[in-house]
Formats: sequence, structure tokens, C-alpha cells
Amino acid sequence: MVIHPGHQELHGITVIVETTGPLTHVARFDREDEGGVHFKDVASFAASSEEDLAAWLDRTRKFGVRVERKHLVLPTADIRQVRRLG
Amino acid sequence: MGYPELMIKPMREDVTRHGVQELRTVAEVDAVLGTPSGTQLVFINSVCGCAAGGARPALAKALQHATKPDQLYTVFAGQDLDATARVRSYVSDYAPSSPSMVLLRDGEVVLFVHRHMIEGRAPSEIAADLTAAFDRHCGQTVGS
Repeated sequence: MVIHPGHQELHGITVIVETTGPLTHVARFDREDEGGVHFKDVASFAASSEEDLAAWLDRTRKFGVRVERKHLVLPTADIRQVRRLG
Repeated sequence: MGYPELMIKPMREDVTRHGVQELRTVAEVDAVLGTPSGTQLVFINSVCGCAAGGARPALAKALQHATKPDQLYTVFAGQDLDATARVRSYVSDYAPSSPSMVLLRDGEVVLFVHRHMIEGRAPSEIAADLTAAFDRHCGQTVGS
């Protein structure tokens, strides 16, 4: 799912945010504006960590989101894909 | 930090009117979770939209099911801070979120419905998760 300007149907929904960099985030989508895409209650996975991303996502689904920061703004261009945690 | 109690009262009653006991102090939480026995459902209530539109209606629907937990409790996140924190201390392997629901059997978590499992879902879908767990883990069947 690609975020478009004004696409707000994900507001309040916990999503997986794949970026163009090494980090993958799980967070609640808040809004998209001229500053970028705003997320709240963010947990992040670093591609360099020993744990597999799929395993981290499974653990997050089961045990919940361990919030590391309250607010994150990402430039739209840095976001590869957003999909529901499910 | 909390909302005026007058505003919260109907949100509390939206849960307690189904026979769910509200826990508002640490002592009340410890009295029921400290020496667990049987199956216990704890509903962590909140003011947010997914509580009103999803979690509370789902709970109401699930509690119409023939098989239910032995004991039903609720705490109110953001309002009864100490009681909510105390509940969360009993299930500390699970990240806090609200609204949420936890089903315990003899003190062990057998189902945790996180906020992310409530957001954007119909109450009937959430209720189906609950009743499936009730059927699997709870032994009480109420005759019709």
C-alpha cells in the first residue's frame, strides 16, 4: 500500500512501515502533510540486528508494540511501503 | 491527566452493565489477580474511538455467548492509573495498550487482544476472537 497525499484511511491504525533505509517501524499512522508522514507510538527494527524481521513482527503481533518513541515523522520519499500489522 | 468523571461514567457503565466488575484500586486488582483461579477476562477500557466503536461493543456481543469466563473485570486506562498499572504488572510480558483485553486461565495469559487487533475491525470480528477463546479455554456453559 502506497501512501498518497491526503490518504488518511489509515489514521489510528497500527502499521508496518518499510523504509528505503535499514529500519522497519511498527507504529500508529497519524497523518500525512507537507512535513511528511506522522506516526505515533513507534517501535523500530534494525536490519542489522540478529533477529529476523519476520520473527520480530510475529513477536510484536503476539506481545504488542514495545513503544520506543512517541512520535516519528518520515519523509514520504523514505517510505517504501505501509501495510497493516494485521 | 484524566478526563472529568462525568464524561467517563457512561464509558464505565457501558462495560459494567454487562456484569463486569470494575477494579479501581491496586488492592482490588490484587484481590482478584493475586490468587487466580479459573478463567478471568480483564477488559482495559479507554476513552478512544476504538474502545467505543470496537472494543466495548465486541465485549457486549461476546458476553452473550453461552460459554464465558468465570470472572469478568475491567480497569480504565488513563483514569484509574494505579489499578491499570497493577493489572499490567500481572501480564508484563505483553506491551501495554488500550483498549485491550486479556483472558487468563489460572493466572496464565491464554489470549491477549491488543489495540492493534481492535483498530479498524468490526465488533463482530473482535467478538469472534473472544468467543473462540471462550470456547477453547472456559468451561462454563450457561443454559438457555
